[in-house]
Amino acid sequence: MDSIVIEALVRALSVGTPLLLACLGAILNERAGVVNLGVEGLMAVGALAAFAVASKSPDANLWVAVGAAMLAGAALSLLHAFATVTLRANQFVSGLALALIGTGAAGLLGKKFEGLPLFNKVPDWTLGSFTISPFTVAALILAGLLAFWLTATRGGLTLRSVGENPAAADVLGVNVGLTRVLAVLGGGALAGLAGAFLSLSYRSSWADNMTNGLGWIAVALVIFVGWRPLRAIAGALFFGFLYYLQFRLQGNSNVPTEVFSAMPFILVLVVLALAGVRGQAGDAPAALGRAYVRGER
Amino acid sequence: MTAPSAARTALVTVASVVAALLICALIFVFAGQSPAAVYGTMLRGTLGDPTGLAEVGRRTIPLLLLGAGLALAFRAQFFNIGAEGQLLLGAVFAAGTALFLPVPGALLIPAVFVAGFIGGGLWALVAAALRRVNVNEILSTLMLNYIAVALVTYLIAGPWKGKDVRGYIYTDTFPQGAWLPTLSGTQVHWPTLLLGVALALGLQWLLTRSTFGYALRVVGENPGAAHYAGLSSARVATLVALLTGGLAGLAGAGEVAGIHHRLLEASQISLGYGFTAVIVAWLARGNPALCLITAPLMGVILAGGDLLKIDMNLPFRVVDIFSGVILLCLIASEVFVRHRVQWGRA
Repeated sequence: MDSIVIEALVRALSVGTPLLLACLGAILNERAGVVNLGVEGLMAVGALAAFAVASKSPDANLWVAVGAAMLAGAALSLLHAFATVTLRANQFVSGLALALIGTGAAGLLGKKFEGLPLFNKVPDWTLGSFTISPFTVAALILAGLLAFWLTATRGGLTLRSVGENPAAADVLGVNVGLTRVLAVLGGGALAGLAGAFLSLSYRSSWADNMTNGLGWIAVALVIFVGWRPLRAIAGALFFGFLYYLQFRLQGNSNVPTEVFSAMPFILVLVVLALAGVRGQAGDAPAALGRAYVRGER
Repeated sequence: MTAPSAARTALVTVASVVAALLICALIFVFAGQSPAAVYGTMLRGTLGDPTGLAEVGRRTIPLLLLGAGLALAFRAQFFNIGAEGQLLLGAVFAAGTALFLPVPGALLIPAVFVAGFIGGGLWALVAAALRRVNVNEILSTLMLNYIAVALVTYLIAGPWKGKDVRGYIYTDTFPQGAWLPTLSGTQVHWPTLLLGVALALGLQWLLTRSTFGYALRVVGENPGAAHYAGLSSARVATLVALLTGGLAGLAGAGEVAGIHHRLLEASQISLGYGFTAVIVAWLARGNPALCLITAPLMGVILAGGDLLKIDMNLPFRVVDIFSGVILLCLIASEVFVRHRVQWGRA
């Protein structure tokens, strides 16, 4: 009995890992006032970059592969930062464009990696009779770190002030543009890391469309968890558990499989509607989604 | 604030598309492909011969219907990214009508279109309803896309699976009476094309000449003023959702009744029309009638993407790169037409 509960928990954590990492990234840039809908594309590019490096040779350094994924995520999100912060383009549309470019570029550049073996996947850690990915542990630690950094440090306060009231932050001498650009790059790097987990640990392979909507769920998760990193752990666990149920119940019940594949997306809608009714959407950073123009209100 | 001249806007738009094509060329170089070969293949195979032109026409039809609707939606600040799902629901309703409803012969095709409109419209209304409880419509319409795909798969593999179909998953073929006529030797189902042209012009009239269009523009450009003037932005959003979704539904009906004559896998019904149509609408700068120019343009890219897949063995996702880069260049170039009234949610 206990072991079933623990197994469900461990599996849910595992599936929830990319959601958590990507969600943390999105929280980081949204707390600075920038929405990035491109997470799905950033994850795809991160997954490809990690796989491309790791599959080069049997003794390719996995740290380098992980670094490549984060770099790729950050590099792609630089486009978003330039468009939305520098040119003050519409954040929602720019994010959408980023998602298209990311999934498209990953599909094009990744074609030659399809079906290739991965010589050394990131080894899982064993805990008694269960295994857990180092990525999962890292994601949990990162959630704690981000929560601490946002609430208890000067840097975190600066970032939040840029998201809540950029004009006031500007008056106090904060470089609003630079803060936002750095937040977007950090968010991109975390989304890239989420992708690396998929291709180096979870699936340990490369396939087109391997992110399969996880990035979009992560974006919705941010609203559900009210832009709070620690709550994101619970949120990711919840959706991870749903995916776990999907695997467990598939074939063992009369419910058609399509119901299971639609379930996460239906639940996102339900959860967002609940958050909306409860007024949680009001927790959003006040300047979220709006470009900052000095002297304009 | 003075509105920028139409000439300036057009110039910036053309320049941003050219810039986007150059950036895409760079990506191709990076992927080890010759941009000249890629663009050459795309142009020769689409505009260079009659078959190619017909292929462009075939793809222009759904893009025109979707794009004209989205142009209207964007003007009202309703960011419907779910045209893909609405198109699929239109296809589902149209297929249900063609396969199972006892409609007298002459009325069957009109009924298929009406059903498509209702299917797509209802799917968009879900997003409009969710918006009333503060659910961002970009996210809701995206989620609804994924749910629509699952619904189509469920129907064609389950209750609607064809009786004389083994192995494959699709429905039985529609009765001949539900087939749309096509221009001879092509897959251009002209009734849907005519519908698209008429609706694009009709929506332009609605937007610029009607009271509803005026309310829509006020809600989109200045929500605060709209509120004080007593204009309900929720009601405008609901109507816009119904219209946009309905048009996407018509496109879905056209695809299954005009080309496939059965309901089949989502990825075969739509080649990513929903996302491509976002660019059709954006390129047209929110003018439904201008989609008559921008829809064929993106039609060339979709038909060209198909050729790249066949002739050069490139993944069809290349089209996503074109779409994404063009979209990014378009919105980034807004800064160069700065003094015009922005209709993007800035």
